[in-house]
Amino acid sequence: MITVEFLGPIQKPVLSMEAATLREVAEVLKQDPSMAEWIENCAVAVNDTLVGSLDTRLKEGDKVSLLPPVCGG
Amino acid sequence: MLELHNGALNVPEILARWYALEASSNYGAYIPFVGTVRAEDGIEGLSFDVYEPILTSWFDAWVAKVAPLGAVLKMAHSRGDVYLHESSYIAAVFSPKRRVALETIDAFVEDFKASAPIWKYDLKNGQRLYALDRSTAIEGAGLLGGTV
Repeated sequence: MITVEFLGPIQKPVLSMEAATLREVAEVLKQDPSMAEWIENCAVAVNDTLVGSLDTRLKEGDKVSLLPPVCGG
Repeated sequence: MLELHNGALNVPEILARWYALEASSNYGAYIPFVGTVRAEDGIEGLSFDVYEPILTSWFDAWVAKVAPLGAVLKMAHSRGDVYLHESSYIAAVFSPKRRVALETIDAFVEDFKASAPIWKYDLKNGQRLYALDRSTAIEGAGLLGGTV
């Protein structure tokens, strides 16, 4: 089981799911209409490190985070 | 040094404290940048969410990047609500010579705006509205949609 957390303005509770790669997480999130506005503009971190490939492997207990567009300052 | 504060920053206290910390460190330049909330578009203020784990690793990477130049970075940012004419952000560079400090503060603040995991909301008519139109997608965004 891995968890997916939605940061900042994405108003969604933490999700738990079975997934072996980030691609499997993406397939699940693409089915969710409430994620449509976020899929294309979010960066993704696994265990608080930004990642750049859908082939990123996930293991039991991993935390996937979605980071929408930022504006500090 | 990275500081997160609830609400507005106490700018005079922070600037004076950082100055005192480095007063005997033999730096020739101290360049602070202070970000203040301006009145525009009828807002009452701004509000911020901060994701501390990735903000910390982003800041630590910058500290390591400028250390070979002899530069030291300090940063403070607000969490939650900050009202008009209050400040939510201070970045500062200390370095032996001014050129390194001037170039570092420019590059650091620009990367901060593009990469630091902080989300801004307008406080307007009692609502907290995500400032999407002023926000920047982090490099690599769109991965889940297969667009990168």
